[in-house]
Amino acid sequence: MPEQIDERQVRHIAVLSRLKLSDQEVATFSRQLSAILAYVGKLNELDTSNVEPTAHAVPIQNAFRKDEPEDPLTVDEALAGAPQRAGSFFKVPKVLDQDSA
Amino acid sequence: MKITPTIGMEIHVQLATRTKMFCSTPLEFAAEPNSRTCPVCIGMPGVLPVMNRKAYEYAVVVGLALNCKIAEFTKWDRKSYYYPDLPKNYQISQYDQPLSHGGYLDIPVGDGTKRIGITRAHLEEDAGKNVHDQPGYSGIDLNRAGTPLLEIVSEPDINSAEEAGIYGRELQRLVRYLGVSEADMQKGHMRFEPNVSLWVEPEGGEGYFTPIFEVKNLNSFRALERAVAWVIDYHQAELNRHMAEGKPYTLEAVGKQNWGWRDEAGRGEFQRGKEEAHDYRYFPDPDLVPVVMDEDWLSELRARVPELPIQKRARFMEQYAMSLADAEQIIVDRATADLFEAARQAAGEADTLTKQFNSFWSRCANERECTIAQLGVEAERLGELAKMTAKGTINATAAAEIATAMLECEESPAALAEQMGKLQVRDAGQTEQWVEQAMAANEKAVQDALGNPKKRKAAAGFLRGQVMKLSKGQADPKLVGEVIEKRLGELAG
Amino acid sequence: MAGMTVSEIRDAIAGRRMSSREAVQGCLSQIERLDGQVCAFVSVAADRALDLADKIDARLAKGEQVGVLAGVPVAVKDNICTRFGKTTCASKILANFASPYDATVVAKLEAAGAIIVGKTNLDEFAMGSSTENSGMFVTRNPWNAECVPGGSSGGSAAAVAARMVPAALGSDTGGSIRLPASFCGVVGLKPTYGRVSRYGLVAYGSSLDQIGPMTRDVRDAALLLDVISGHDGRDSTSIDAPGTKSAAKLDEPIGGLRIGVAKEYLGEGLADEVRAAVESAIDVYRSLGAEVVAVSLPHSEYAIAAYYLIAMAEASSNLSRYDGVHYGYRTPEPDDFIDLYSKSRAEGFGAEVKRRIMLGTYALSSGYYDAYYLKALKVRTLIKDDFVEAFKKCDVLACPVSPTPAFRIGEKIEDPLAMYLGDVYTISLNLAGLPGVSIPAGQSEAGLPIGLQLMGPHLQEERLLQIAHAFEEETDWHTRVPPMADAQTA
Repeated sequence: MPEQIDERQVRHIAVLSRLKLSDQEVATFSRQLSAILAYVGKLNELDTSNVEPTAHAVPIQNAFRKDEPEDPLTVDEALAGAPQRAGSFFKVPKVLDQDSA
Repeated sequence: MKITPTIGMEIHVQLATRTKMFCSTPLEFAAEPNSRTCPVCIGMPGVLPVMNRKAYEYAVVVGLALNCKIAEFTKWDRKSYYYPDLPKNYQISQYDQPLSHGGYLDIPVGDGTKRIGITRAHLEEDAGKNVHDQPGYSGIDLNRAGTPLLEIVSEPDINSAEEAGIYGRELQRLVRYLGVSEADMQKGHMRFEPNVSLWVEPEGGEGYFTPIFEVKNLNSFRALERAVAWVIDYHQAELNRHMAEGKPYTLEAVGKQNWGWRDEAGRGEFQRGKEEAHDYRYFPDPDLVPVVMDEDWLSELRARVPELPIQKRARFMEQYAMSLADAEQIIVDRATADLFEAARQAAGEADTLTKQFNSFWSRCANERECTIAQLGVEAERLGELAKMTAKGTINATAAAEIATAMLECEESPAALAEQMGKLQVRDAGQTEQWVEQAMAANEKAVQDALGNPKKRKAAAGFLRGQVMKLSKGQADPKLVGEVIEKRLGELAG
Repeated sequence: MAGMTVSEIRDAIAGRRMSSREAVQGCLSQIERLDGQVCAFVSVAADRALDLADKIDARLAKGEQVGVLAGVPVAVKDNICTRFGKTTCASKILANFASPYDATVVAKLEAAGAIIVGKTNLDEFAMGSSTENSGMFVTRNPWNAECVPGGSSGGSAAAVAARMVPAALGSDTGGSIRLPASFCGVVGLKPTYGRVSRYGLVAYGSSLDQIGPMTRDVRDAALLLDVISGHDGRDSTSIDAPGTKSAAKLDEPIGGLRIGVAKEYLGEGLADEVRAAVESAIDVYRSLGAEVVAVSLPHSEYAIAAYYLIAMAEASSNLSRYDGVHYGYRTPEPDDFIDLYSKSRAEGFGAEVKRRIMLGTYALSSGYYDAYYLKALKVRTLIKDDFVEAFKKCDVLACPVSPTPAFRIGEKIEDPLAMYLGDVYTISLNLAGLPGVSIPAGQSEAGLPIGLQLMGPHLQEERLLQIAHAFEEETDWHTRVPPMADAQTA
C-alpha cells in the first residue's frame, strides 16, 4: 500500500473526480492526503486473507418492488432546479459524443 | 496465412416492463422530454434505488432461454463515469457477479445451425439522451434514464458480418418470443456493440489477434452488418500495411479501441484508445442489497420459457414438411406461429396453408404494417380457406380475393365464395364451351400456337387468360390448360 | 415553555392546556433571542409552522383525532429533504436546492402532527466532527460560545441544548449524532442500521448513515424513534420490521443487567475528566444492581482507518451527482462541458468535502481497490465480529463518546487527521451497524458537558433506551441548562 500521494497523482485524482484545483490546493492536498493515507496504512498490520468482506452491515436480500407505475414529476417540477433549461431540456454546453461508455 | 474474422457482440435490450429498473416512473413512450422522470431517476439528493422485480424475472427468463447458469447470489455495482445523460454520474450495473453466465444461442446459418457462446447476461439501468441538434448547446432528456437494460455478451464465436446480423436477428426473435421486450429497432429497444478483430495464423508461425475494435451504439441491423464488414476490411488493410512495414498489428501491441460508426458516410470513426480507457471504479452499490435465487423461484421462471424460435423452426420444417425459407417466415413471431398451428388443425393439411400464409396473408399484414396474427382473422377461417383451395373448390386467385374480404367481415370463406361467385367451375363441358369461345375470339393466338413452336407456350397462356376472363375467374386454370392443349392437339390434326 | 420536553408539550397540547401555536411561538421566540449567537439554524419556516399549528389547534378544538406528536415543534438537520424551503446540506453547491419530495422521516413526523420549525446547520454534507466545515457559518456550543458544538449534527444538538426546540433529527455516519449530543449535553440516539429509512437523507456513507433523534431526555428520544422507525419500501436497506414501541416499554425494569466495559475504550488518549465521568456513570449502574464485565474489542484501533476508507469511497460516489447539470450550483462561464463539472464542483464544495472525494476516488481507483477499499471491508468484518463476541458476555457496552469535552473553535480545523481521531469511540458502531445512544453524564471543570455512550446489540433499541432511562432516573445531568438559555427558562 503506497503511503504518499505526490502532486502528479493529486492532479490525476482531481481529473477523475472532476475537481478543478489551484496549484496551492494541489500542494496542500498532497500533504494532507499523504498523511491520511499513511494513517490508514495501519490496516496492513492485519492479516485478512481468510476474512470475508462486509459490504452491508445488515443481512437483507431480495428487496424488490412491484412493477406498478406512480405519477412522474411534471416537466416543470423536473426542471425546477435546472441551472439552465432550453424548452423541456436541461441545457448544457455542447457535449462531445465521444465519452459515452 | 489464414485469416479468420472474430467477432463478439454486446447487445443491450430494453425490457418491456411498465416501470423503470429502480423507480416507479412509468415507461410509456412520451413525446415531451423530461416528462417521465422522478427524483430517483433524476438522481436528486437523498434518493434511493429499489429493484423492479419483473425486470429481474424477465432477465432470468432470458438467461434460461440462453441456456445460462443462473446465479444463486448476485449483487449490484456502481460503474462511475461523468456524462450529462447519466444523472448520478454512475450507472447501476453488475460487474463481477452477473445474474447469468455461461450459455449459448444456436443461430440458423446456411442449412444448419451454429452455436454462439453467451458469456453472460446482466441487468443495468439505461442513461438518458443528449440532443445535439441545437447550435452552441446540448439538451438533455432523462425520460430514458433508468430504463431496465439487459446486456447480453457473446463469446467471440461470430465469424462474419452476415453471421453478426443473423445473431442479432435471432436474439431479437428470442426476446420477442419470451415477451420480455418489443425489440423494436426503430424505438431503440436494441443496441449492438460488436467487438471485431482478425485471428491471424501465419504460415509456420504462432497465431495472434489483431487489435480489437469495439463499435459503439449501432441501432439497426443494416448499420451492424455494414460496420462489421467495414472493420474487417480496415483490419485487413492495416494488417497488410503493417506487415509491409515490418511492424506488428497485434492486440498486444495496439490494444482495444472504441470506434463510432458514421452510417451516412459508411465508415468508422476512432473514439478512444486503451490509454484513455475509463477507470470505472466498480464497487458494490451500498444502496442495493443482493438477490438470492432459490429453487422454487427458479422453477417458476423456468416454466415460463416457451419453445424457442430455433426449436420451433426445426419442428415446423419436420412436422409440416416446410422448407427453411417458409418456416423462417412463419415463425417470425410467436403469435403468428401459434395461429398457423391452430389453422392447420382446421385446414387438415399444411402445404396450401403455408403457401397462403407466405403469400397473400403476408402481403395483407405488410400493407397494414402488422403481423399476420394481428390481422385478427381466426384460425378456423384461415384453415377453411386453405382447405377449400386444396380441394379445388376455389382456385388460388379466388382465394386471395376472398382473403381480402375476410379482413372486413366475420363470414366464413365458404359463404364469401358463394356470395362473390368464386366457386371454381370444374365442369368439363362448361370449360370446353369457354375454350371454344376464347379460341373463336382470338384466331391469331390460335394461329400462333399452331404455326410457331416458339410462340406456342405464350399463346396458350394468353388463351388460358382469356378463358379465365370469360369465366370471371371461376374456371379451374389447370383444367383450362388441359382442355386448351387437347383442343390445340385436335386442331393440329 | 422553553423548558418543556416533547412529551410534556405533547400532553399539554392534547390536554388543551397549551395551544400548538403557543408552543411554536415559544420556539420561534427562543430562536429569535438566541440563534444570532448560536447560529444553529440554516433556515426557519416560521409562517408555515404557525399555519400548521393553527390547523392542529382547530382540529383539537373540534375534538378530532390528532397524531402522537401533534403540535410539537421540532427541527430537522439540513441534509434531510423537505418539500418546503431549501435543503442545502450546508453546502454552496445546494444553497438553492428546493426538494420536490419529503424524506420518509419528514412525512412520518408530519403525519404524527409534529411541526418542523426549521433546518439546522451541519458540517458540509455531514463530513466533519465539529460543524466547522459548514459552507454557511459555524454553530457555537450553547455551553460556551468559543467552543464547537460537535458535528456533524451540531446545529440540531445546539438547537435542542439551547431550548430553541425540544427535539431535532440528526444523522450519524461515524458519530455525528452521538458526538454533538455529548458536547452539548443532550440525548442523541443512532438506531440500528436499517431501522430508520434513509430515503430523503442526502447520502454520505450509504452503508453507515442513519437518522436519529436528538432530545433532552431519553423518553423523548423513544417517542421520536417510535414515530420515525419502520420498514420503508423506498429504501432497499431498510429492515423489514415495523416501527419500535420503545416509549411504552421505557419504564420496564432493567434487572440483572450486565454492563460490558471494553478496555480499549478506557485506555490512552482519554482525558482524565472524561474518564472520571464515565467511571462515575458506570458506578451509578452498579448501584442499581448491574454487574460490570470486562470485555475486549481487540480491533478497535483499526476502526478509524477502516471507517474513513469506506465512508470516503462511498462519499466520492454519492457526491458525483453534484455537477451543476440538473440542479444545484453551476459555475457561470464554463469553457466546455467538462469544465462545467470541474469548476462547479470546485467552487461549490468546501475543502473537507474535496479531500474526502479525492481520497475516496483514490481508494476505489484501478490498482488500489484491493489494497484500500476491499481491505477496509474485511477489517469491518473483524470489528463486527468483535461486537458479536462481546455481546455474548454482556447486555450493553458502556464507554465514553469522545476523548475530550468540546474543544475550541479553530483548534483542530487545520489538521484533518487530528479531527478524524476524535471519532475513536463512536465509529465502530457504524461499521457494525449497531445502535448506540449518548446521554448526559457529567460536566468538565470548565462547565462543558460530558456524555456516556451505551452501545447495544442489533435491533435492541427498546432495551438500550430502558437502560439509558434508568440512568436518567438516578441522575440530573440531563436537566442542566446552558447559561445562555438559562435566563429564558422559567
